[in-house]
Order: sequence, then C-alpha cells, then structure tokens
Amino acid sequence: MTHFVSAEEERRVRANDREYNEKFQYASNCIMTSKYNIVTFLPVNLFEQFQEVANTYFLFLLILQLIPQISSLSWFTTIVPLALVLSITAVKDATDDYFRHKSDNQVNNRHLLIITLIIQVLSWMNVRVGDIIKLENNQFVAADLLLLSSSEPHGLCYIETAELDGETNMKVRQSVSVTSELGDQNNLASFDGEVVCEPPNNKLDRFCGTLYWRDKKYNLTNQNMLLRGCVLRNTEACYGLVIFAGPDTKLMQNSGRTKFKRTSIDRLMNTLVLWIFGFLVCMGVILAVGNAVWEREVGSLFQSYLPWDPPVDNFLFSAFLSFWSYVIILNTVVPISLYVSVEVIRLGHSYFINWDQQMFCSQCNTAAEARTTTLNEELGQVEYIFSDKTGTLTQNIMSFNKCSINGQTYGDLTRLFVLLSGEATDPLRLDFTPFNPLADQDFCFYDDTLLESVKVGDSHTHEFFRLLSLCHTVMSEEKSEGELVYKAQSPDEGALVTAARNFGFVFRSRTPGTITTTEMGRPVTYILLAILDFNNIRKRMSVIVRNPEGRIRLYCKGADTVLLERLHPCNQELMNITSDHLNEYAADGLRTLALAYRDVSEDEWETWSESHRCADKATNCRDDRLAAAYEEIEQDMMLLGATAIEDKLQEGVPETIAVLSLANIKIWVLTGDKQETAVNIGYSCKMLTDDMTEVFIISGHTVQSVRQELRSGHRSGQLHVRLSGVSVSLHLGIHTDKEHSGQFALVINGHSLAHALEADMETEFVSTACACKAVICCRVTPLQKAQVVELIKKHKKAVTLAIGDGANDVSMIKSAHIGVGISGQEGIQAVLASDYSFAQFRFLQRLLLVHGRWSYLRMCRFLCYFFYKNFAFTMVHFWFGFFCGFSAQTVYDQYFITLYNIVYTSLPVLAMGIFDQDVPDKRSLEYPKLYEPGQLNLLFNKREFFICIAQGIYTSVVLFFVPFAVLSDATQSTGVPLADYQTFAVTTATALVIVVSVQIALDTGFWTVINHVFVWGSLGSYFTIMFALHSQTLFRIFPNQFHFVGSAQSTLLQPVVWLTIALATAICIVPVLAFRFLKVDLKPQLSDTVRYTQLVRQKKRKPIGRSGRLGARGGSRRSGYAFAHQEGFGELITSGKNMRLSSLALATFASRHSSSWIDTLRRKKHTHTHTPPSDTSQIV
Amino acid sequence: MIGAMMASSYNEDGHITVSGPGGGTLRSKKPENTAFKQQRLPAWQPILTAGTVLPAFFIIGLIFIPIGIGLYVTSNNIKEFEIDYTGEDVSSPCFNCSQSFSWNSTRPCTCVIPFYLEQPYESSVFMYYGLSNFYQNHRRYVKSRDDSQLNGDMESLLKPSKECEPYAMNENKPIAPCGAIANSMFNDTFELFYNDPNGTKVQIPLSNTGIAWWTDKHVKFRNPGLNNPNLTAAFQGTTKPVNWRRPVYELDSAPDNNGFINEDFIVWMRTAALPTFRKLYRIINKTSNMVPTLPRGNYTLEVVYNYPVRSFDGRKRMILSTISWMGGKNPFLGIAYITVGSVCFFLGVVLLIIHHKCGNRSNSADISN
Repeated sequence: MTHFVSAEEERRVRANDREYNEKFQYASNCIMTSKYNIVTFLPVNLFEQFQEVANTYFLFLLILQLIPQISSLSWFTTIVPLALVLSITAVKDATDDYFRHKSDNQVNNRHLLIITLIIQVLSWMNVRVGDIIKLENNQFVAADLLLLSSSEPHGLCYIETAELDGETNMKVRQSVSVTSELGDQNNLASFDGEVVCEPPNNKLDRFCGTLYWRDKKYNLTNQNMLLRGCVLRNTEACYGLVIFAGPDTKLMQNSGRTKFKRTSIDRLMNTLVLWIFGFLVCMGVILAVGNAVWEREVGSLFQSYLPWDPPVDNFLFSAFLSFWSYVIILNTVVPISLYVSVEVIRLGHSYFINWDQQMFCSQCNTAAEARTTTLNEELGQVEYIFSDKTGTLTQNIMSFNKCSINGQTYGDLTRLFVLLSGEATDPLRLDFTPFNPLADQDFCFYDDTLLESVKVGDSHTHEFFRLLSLCHTVMSEEKSEGELVYKAQSPDEGALVTAARNFGFVFRSRTPGTITTTEMGRPVTYILLAILDFNNIRKRMSVIVRNPEGRIRLYCKGADTVLLERLHPCNQELMNITSDHLNEYAADGLRTLALAYRDVSEDEWETWSESHRCADKATNCRDDRLAAAYEEIEQDMMLLGATAIEDKLQEGVPETIAVLSLANIKIWVLTGDKQETAVNIGYSCKMLTDDMTEVFIISGHTVQSVRQELRSGHRSGQLHVRLSGVSVSLHLGIHTDKEHSGQFALVINGHSLAHALEADMETEFVSTACACKAVICCRVTPLQKAQVVELIKKHKKAVTLAIGDGANDVSMIKSAHIGVGISGQEGIQAVLASDYSFAQFRFLQRLLLVHGRWSYLRMCRFLCYFFYKNFAFTMVHFWFGFFCGFSAQTVYDQYFITLYNIVYTSLPVLAMGIFDQDVPDKRSLEYPKLYEPGQLNLLFNKREFFICIAQGIYTSVVLFFVPFAVLSDATQSTGVPLADYQTFAVTTATALVIVVSVQIALDTGFWTVINHVFVWGSLGSYFTIMFALHSQTLFRIFPNQFHFVGSAQSTLLQPVVWLTIALATAICIVPVLAFRFLKVDLKPQLSDTVRYTQLVRQKKRKPIGRSGRLGARGGSRRSGYAFAHQEGFGELITSGKNMRLSSLALATFASRHSSSWIDTLRRKKHTHTHTPPSDTSQIV
Repeated sequence: MIGAMMASSYNEDGHITVSGPGGGTLRSKKPENTAFKQQRLPAWQPILTAGTVLPAFFIIGLIFIPIGIGLYVTSNNIKEFEIDYTGEDVSSPCFNCSQSFSWNSTRPCTCVIPFYLEQPYESSVFMYYGLSNFYQNHRRYVKSRDDSQLNGDMESLLKPSKECEPYAMNENKPIAPCGAIANSMFNDTFELFYNDPNGTKVQIPLSNTGIAWWTDKHVKFRNPGLNNPNLTAAFQGTTKPVNWRRPVYELDSAPDNNGFINEDFIVWMRTAALPTFRKLYRIINKTSNMVPTLPRGNYTLEVVYNYPVRSFDGRKRMILSTISWMGGKNPFLGIAYITVGSVCFFLGVVLLIIHHKCGNRSNSADISN
C-alpha cells in the first residue's frame, strides 16, 4: 500500500515487451499489505506510536524530567509506564503484521502460466504489466487483465465477482473480436498490441482505453476486462494481457483502510482529557503563583539554609520552573495507562464476543467475530438499527408452503400437528422420489393429502400444478437427463415451478413458441401463444397456451386483489372460501398468489391476437394499449386456488425485533426490494402490526408530492402525539410520545427518498420518520442507504448500527457507527467492511443487549473509577504544595508513584472492566429496558465525570489532611516523632491504596475468582513490594536509590498509623456508601431492581410473555404479487432473443436491466452533490 | 493506541479454500464451552441492601466510638510542657541571644529559662526541640543529601553527589556530610536543672541514645572506613559543613555516637514532613518507681543559643512530654474517632428512617418492563 501514484495521466502498456513497459515503472504484481519488516519495525512503529498525542505528551514529560532544576520525579516514574505501553502496543502491531506478511506471501506465491516465447510458470508476484498470462477454470484472476482470447467461442468467458462486489451471479466478459481470433499460444506470444488507458482507479464498473494493433484502434470497455479477485467459471482457459498489477489493481485500490471509527465514549474521553489538561495547567498556575509568593516572602529569607539553585536568581523564575515541576508531578491525573487499559478492556470484550457460544451458528460453522476491537461499548448505546432485508432478515429462500386448491387448504402444519399429536412432534417430510424420478431433492413439503390428491387424479389439483408449470418465465437447463436446473429470475417463481415439478408437473424446456413439460411421467408439449407479462400495475401475469389436444387456455396468476375481481361470477362461493384461506396465509406472513384459468375459444383467440398485434405494433401509448388488450382477455376466469410462499425469515427474526424495539431501539429496514415485498416482510417480522394507527406510504415521484405526503404524515403524527400527551399526562404520564409514536409506520420508496434526502426536506423527513415506530425504505440504492444513515447520524446524534450481508450494504455498514456483517451466502464484501460479523440476524440481540450493554457498563464503571483513583492519588500533591513551599515535593516515594498505576491499582480495575456484570445475560434479554441507560448515556457523561472527580478530590483531601492532623504531633511509642517525611509518605500511600481498594470492592458487582485474586493480590503486592523496596538488602546495594530503608517497618508497626489509615478510610468510604445506598433505596435503577429480585427470588421467576408464534392474530389482507422480477421478460422469451444467449448471460441482462433506474438516479444524485462518490457506491 | 483492527487486513484468500474440495472433516469453530469464555464464572454479587448497609453503619459507629473514647482518655493522661524560646519578645530571656547572633561568633550565647511544672511527670520523659516555619520538606532541601556518603562509602565521601550542591565542596575539599540538610543541622543545646525547694540546682541527666530509628542508626548511617576506630583519619581530606562549628568526627566523645552515626545528626537528617515539626532531643529515663522522673516544681532550662531562626520568622521550642502506648499527646485522633463513629451511627439511624418511610423495596417483587 506504500505505492505512490505519481500523477499518472494515462497508462501505456505494450504486450510482450517488458523493456518498453519498464520505462514507466508500473507497480509489479507483488502486493504488500504489511507495514513493517524486521529492520524497519522499530523505527517505523515508534514513529507511528509517537504520533499519538498521548505518547508524545509523555515523551515531553520525560524530557522535562531530565532537566535537574525542574525534575520533581525520577526519570523512571515516566519511562517505566511509557516503555510498558509502547512495548504492549508494539507487540500487538508486530503480531498483526506477521499475519499480514503470511497472507501476502501466500497470495504472492501462487503460480500461473505466463506466455512469452516459451511458456513459463511464474508466481504471482513476478508478473509484470504487459505480460500475457493464461488462466484456467476456477482460478483466481491474478491481476487486472485485458481479455485477449478464450477457449469459448466469440472470446466469451464467465467470471464470478463475489470477492469483488459480492454479487454471486456470473458475469460474461468478451474479448475484442480481433484478439479473440488469435487463439493459440504462438500467436499470443507474438502479439504486440499497445493499450493506452486510464490510470489506476477504484471504479469497478468502468474502464476505458484503446488498443492499438496493426495500425488500427479498438475501443476497450469494462466488458473486456477481467479484474483481480474474480474467479473464472465455466471457461476452460483464457488469455489476458496484464494492464494493472498488484497495488494498482482495482481490487487493491478499493481495499483502502476502512475509516477509523471512534466511539462516543472515545470522543468524550478525549474531551475530558483535554479538560483535565486544562485543569492540570490551572493547578500548575495556582501552585506556581504560590511558589512565587512563597519564594518572595519566605524562601528568600530561608536562603541561609536553602539557597536557590544556580540559574534561579529571583522568585519569578523559580515560579516558572515550579510550574513545570508541578506539571510533571500532577501529570498522573491523565495517566498513560488510561489508554492502554481501555484498549485492553475492549480487547477482552472482543474476545468474549468471539467466544460466545450462543452467537455461534452451527449450520454454517461460524462464530461471531469482533473484527474491530475498539467499538464494543458503543454496542451498548445503539438507538437506530438499519437493516438490509434480503439475506439479513430473510434467508432469501422462498419455499412453497401452503396452497388452497378448489376450496381445500393444504400444508397447514397446525392441522397436521393435531393429527399427529399422538406421535412424534415433527411431521414427516414427504418423499417424492418413488412417485416422481424428476423431483427436486431439496423440496420440502409435509402434507401428504396433497400428494394423494395428485395421485388420485383430482382434476383441480392437476390443473393447479399445470398452471404452475406453464405460467412463468423460468428458464431450464438440463445438464444430463433428469437433472434439471431452473434459472428463475426471482426465487419465488422458482419455488412455484419447483413445487409443480415435485408434484408431477415437470417443466422441462422451452422455446420461443413451445413449453415442454412432463405431466405425471408423460411428456407434453404446449404451444405458447402469448405471454401477458407482469408489471407493477397489473400485478399479474398470464400465458395463453394451446395444449396437444388443440384447446386454448389462458393461465393467470397474480395478486388476489386484482385477480379476484376478474373471476367469473359463478366462482363466488369458491372465492369466499379461498379468500378466507388467503387471509389466513397473509396473517402468517406468507406471500400469496391467486391462480385462475380461462378457456379461450378459437374465435376469441383470433380476434384477441389481432388486437394484441395491433397494440404491440402501436407506436404511441404502446404500453397502455397492450395493457388494455391484456385486460380484455383476462376476464371471467375460473378460480383454481391460491399459493402461499414463505419468504423464509431467518431464525428468530420477529422475536429479535420485538426485543430490540422493547429496548427502545428503532429499526429501519432499507432494502432494494419492492414496496410490497418489503411491507410483507415488515408484517411477517412484526415490525408492522395491524394495531398500528396508520402506515404512511410515501411514493411520490416529485418533490411536491413527497413533501405533501410527508407533511400529512407528520401532521397526523403530531396531532396524535399531542392528544395522547394530554390524555396520558392525566395519569402519571411517563413515556408519553414514545409509546404513542409506536402507532405509526412509514414506508418510503427509493425515488421519493431521493427527494426527501434533499437538503430542504431532510429535517422534515427525519422528524416524521423518527416519530414512527417502524420505517421501511424500499427500492433504495446502496448510496441512499448510506445517506439515510448519515442523515440520522447528523440530525439525531444517536448511535447507529447498520446490518447487512451483501455488497450493496457496504456503504451503509461503513457509514454507520457500527457496521455488522452477516456472514451469509452473498460473498464476503459486507463482512470485510464490517466491525462485527456473525451468521444470523437474531444474534444481534445478544450482541447489543448482552455484550454491548455489558461493555458499556464496564467501560463506564472503569472510566469513573479510573479518573477517581488518579485524582485521589494526584491531588494529594496539590494540598501538600501549600505546606512544602510549593516546591513540587511529592508526597509519596518515587517508586510508589511509578508503580501505583501500573501495579498497585491496575489489575482490580481491569478485572472489573473486563468481567463485571450487573445482571446476568438472561435478565438483560428478559428486560430489554435495561438497555436504555446506554442510549441515554447515563452511566458516563460529563456529570458523572465531575462526580468522580469530586469524589477523587474529596478523597485526596481526606488522605492528606487526616494524616496531617494526626501525625503532626504524634510520636511513636518510643517517643520518636511520626511527622517525618517518610512516615508521612508511607502512611498516606498505604491509606490511599486501601481506600481505592475498598472503593473498587464497592464498585465491583460481580466478584469472580479473578477479581478476588486481583484485589487481594494488589493489596498484597503493595505491601510486599513496599517492604522489599524498603529493605536493607536493596539499600546496601544502591544506597542512593532507596532512601526509604526501614520506613515501612517502622511506620506500619505503629498503632497510631493504622488508626489513621482506618480513620481516613472510614471518612472516605462512609459518605459514598450512604449515598449509594440512598440511590439504590430511593431511586433504584431497573438494573438494581433486577439484581435485587434475582437475589430474592432465585427460584421463582416470572417469565416474560413474548409472542412466540407467528401470526397469532388474524389480520387484514395484505397480499401482493410480490415477485421480485421485472417487466419485460415475457417479451424476451417470446421473441426468442434470449435463447441464443446462455442462461448465464440472461442473469447478467436481468441485473443490468434492473439496476438501470438506479444508475439514472445515482447520476442525478452526483450532479446534485459535487462531492466525489464514495468507493463503495461504485462497487454495486 | 493499540491498532484498531484485529487482523482485519484485506485477505484475498477468504474463499479459495472453499472452492477446493479440501477433504478431511471440517473442524468445528464452535467456541469452547468453558465458564470463563462464556462469562459464567461463579461469582459473588454483593448488593447494597438495607440489610447489609445499615448494620455496617451501626457496627462502624459502635467500633469507632469506644476506640475514640479510649484514645481521648489516653491522650488526656499524657503530660506535655512546651516553652518557646525563640526570643522574639524583649521580655524573653533569649532575646539578647537572638539579637546578637552572628555566624562567626565564637563565644556561644547562653540563655536561662526558668519554668514551673504543675504536675509531676511519672514515667520517662521525652525532650523535644520544635521548629516552626522551617521547610525541611522543601524539594530542594529534601534531596540535598548523599545517602551513599552517609552510608560510609569512601568514594562518595570524597566526591559527594551533585544533589548536595551548593554544599558539596568547600575550598576544594569535599564536605562531609554534604548537602543542605546536614549544613543546617540544629545545634542548640539544652540542659535541664531541677530547682530543689531547698535551693539547690540539680542537673537532670539527659540520655542522648535511643532517639533515632534503629534502621537509621544501624543500616542507613555508617562511618567511613568501617572498623577504623580513628574517625579523624577516616574523614581525612574532607571538610566540615559551612555552618558547622566542629567537624563531623567531633560531634560526640562516645565512639559509637560520633561521626555519621551521631544520633542528633541522624535525627536531624530524618527530614520532617511539615514546616512545623518537633524532633526528639533527649530522653529523661525513669530511675525508680518511687520518685517521679520530673517532680512538680521549679526548673531551669539552659539553652546554648546557636541556631538562628529569626531571619525567616522561625520559632524554636522545647517540649517535655510523657508517652503512652499510642505515643505522645494526640487529642485529634480521639476526637476524630468519636466524631466519625457518632456520624456513622447517626447516619445509620437516618438511613433506617428513610428506608422505612420511603424505601422502594417493599413493592419490588414486580418489575415493570
């Protein structure tokens, strides 16, 4: 990554001419993501570390300490902690880099074939720009290549770009026609074309260049390029010319370091540290002024006993030096170990996330992973979750779940449960193979009555499945006899055709004019007369086929709302029954379709096809006229039944969403899916409920209409909140608007969102959207996803979390405070960009409510205590200053100052910061309200900080003045006065260590063995180390270093000293104890109550009622023709255009087609905002 | 400070292992089910309930009050007598000495201070000198010594540490003991006489041993040239501190109390924590059980006034005190204990009342969610 782009304006590459290409010094294909090597590690790492303000500050202090006139502390009091901190960080950096080296080496040493005059095997890192290399099937592309030729006809080749952009479908690349004819290797070895193209950039979907060969110019586009990171599929071999290598490849250009995210606690901490610096300077100034006064009034007279140091000739200069001396002494209010401890705690929390078994998905063998270790406590403060739908909430698997045929419902599991109640609880999965050799093994269905009905030859059932096997736009591929692969545009269509296939109506193949099926083992070919294609308005599609007997029949499937209107009146009774079924299905959150047919007579067909042809050929209003023609024939249909497809939610999604909303987290679904689908999922995962007062749907296409819709929504929302506010305030209004805003939901379309996100409307949008309990944005582009997140970040100052699985979620994952990647099927792009990753959406509740909550709590408690203990420690020097002539004399032994933060008090607080729990994990899931303190930032904020500081200062006052008052006149029992400096130092230090240990004991809510060991161990280590440092042995070796010889023994044997320590401890702790008790007793937090109840009723627990089963309540009809596919496919099939293309190409076409309007929108957005688009928006 | 990412560098390898059939059983990545990793370590979870906090307050109160009373009574039984002999006041016997002080005067100035003890001092009596406004705890003062030299190190004796500046060398000779502390050693001497009612003046014997810490006397301070009985030779080549009248090897006639191990010197070298301090000067040992060590009556204190304090507004005192198990007179500790104990007890009562009146515990069986 250390490659500097030296303003390369264009790139010239000549094939097979290394000498020529070397002139330009293009990067080689060797990639280096590592930062150091053995030689550079120390200097570079140290340089990096000293770029941290804190480290530089401590270095500065160290230098100050080397000036003898200033030095109030020995040099080692700073250098020991600094060295410790630097080395811990260095070790961590070194390990990280070692792994990067390893992965670099592995990638760089992959082998490939290179074509020169002789074919060579080279490792990746030796490939140079201008080389021609050979790729084989399933190989990774080693560099950005210009495709020259391939084994397939027309120089086509297929690639999978999952690594690059996360899209799993295959894409086609084609070489320029002249080079595709080169074919064999000898020709390629002598190929000497020259490419002139754009310099390296990170735009994955764009390439422009020109190939000059044999005096001709050929335009090159992205369609000719194979990018590093893709995998070659379905292509035996291909040859490519290396254009960009190594760090210049688009993949590497895209894998820039992710934005460094900081948590709000981090930012608060930085502010507080600045304040503390300010405080430090104030203290320094006060003491320096004191010093000036003292030196003038007393010091100058005292000179006969204590002359000024040589450079000092007046009291002002002395005060100046004293200021710096005090800065050194008091620097421990911002201890260097703060930052390192915070990192250690976060690292510990990250490991707990990685280790959590309950966030392990056994199906995909993936454990949760904290990919960023610095954000954990922010997980406890999330207010907004932005979720992708497909692959995140849903599994993106459609399963044929239930159906209603001629008034008979099949597949109702509850009915089956009743039937099987005596036997095993799991109903048996039907085995189709004996009945139908062509059945799909993966298909699941449990109701054997349906299979029976097919077997006995019930005509309605047969017609039902016949419709499913004929009325669709699926392409089939039969690799070998009986091995069918359906290429469906949308997974639900695939599910329906597969259902028909398993029940004996197998769709085999199609041509533009025919559909071949195997019905109950008998091959049948239908003549496809017309496809009446789907569109958003029609919400239905039909086919008109002629069966082998020559009868013409129209088969139609579509949204029940539209289809039921077009039935023949004689269907009334059946329609009622079917409607009931449809309601049931819809209430279960299933996607429903109604199916109908109509017999068409020969005459009717003739006249209609004529009008159809006219409409088709019409030049103006073609669409309307076609729609009218379709409308004409889709009348008086006979109802066959209805299907219910389950868009399978991931496990536990509704429960998770319910729990998260109880925790006052607002969940927004941002999906590229259609409105109907999104709303449907909204209902099935209980984001939207029938209890809601209103669901605003905003789908205006113009600025005015969107504004209109927003305002009306806002008004009614406000009105309601106001009214409810009044009514609720009558009976002890708590949570007024929170509870009542729950009555609204907002659904907004991508094109409306584009308007809503414009500068003049965004506040309006935010206020309306935030008044709603659920917000669903559908048809949004990846860029818009990020914009919505940014919007909330900007206006709400709330912590946001984005969760998604696909490459289209990368932008939002990167812009949210916390990005979570679902390590699902859609590639690893999202995971790579994320801060946390796990396999299932439902783990989110554990991540937030358990880990996040704990992390936040622990971090807050840690910080409170940490600031407290350092103020208590340091401020003693301030008070002492007034009694030692402001001379910056320390109260404590220098070794105590060195070790206080790193040995005597570090481990207990670390243990608390890592292990503390206020309530067990089960309780925090049971009572999601426990999450609220984090969102409201209650546990550590400026107020809490001041309380800690005040407590620390109070403690320091007690710790100084109690020994002062007691010892000044006290003597040992041998008559020797106790008021000597060393006794005073030992007494104060011991009292301090004991007081802060008692305080940590009070703060620790969860005493594991480790806490015990650390707390008692720290106390023990204090006494052990002190006795060791004050021992005669050490003094004999270094008499000049250990002045305190014998002090510990002499001091701690005195009962008065212990009485003093006990007195100081009591005075420090009693008010805290009383205050905390009152707080818990009078205004208990929910966590206190839960903790208390936990203690009181360990056995008798009241489980919290959460709706476990889906669809307990029946509801309104909200079925939609919820196919994710696009208009225009029918036409494509009947025209036969796509038959020449492989079905893979079809997929490409589809995806390109579907994203066209997104492109348009994006272009529009770009012209509006002049900022360059982010990398991620380009990927998708 | 520690890098933000946990090895999240771009890794192109993510999927390549998947494409290869690999073979072998897929190792489960399931985290270990240990109590530590699952954060299920058994733990004690203390809660501040009325049942624990209120008794704690009462217990603290009940422990502190008796202790405080005991301390107070003990302290009150200790007898202490103090004379300020600085000589600020014209009426003071030491006024003349304090006025006529000059560093170079060879003839010591003596002042005689009569005083009356109203109570007999039964046990051993400790005699202290006290200084006020004397900053022995000043940073530059505290560090101005060479412990190596004081420990008898020959090298440091002849080359005192830089910390001793400007009292390290005098006239090109190393100062022993060097540094500002030693230089400013207190050098007033006291003699105490009992004025018998029959008119005779009895000198009270003052013991000058046992006034320093054991470790100081036996470990920290050692004369140079360990077993050399001739201290004069051992200190050959050094010079006395500027303010001293005699060299260090002439501090006392007794060989085990001379040189660096002179106890008066050691006591002075143990710097005080506060600008007003007292240091043990002499011990008047109890002689018999029958006679009080210092009977009630008239005494005379003869001070050889050598130590100037007027220049910096200092005060000098002489203190006589008896001792108990807890040391000298110390009324603060007793009063503080009684106060803290009472406050705790009182707090306990107040909290108990508050808890009964408005405590929230009674209805905590249900948690509103």
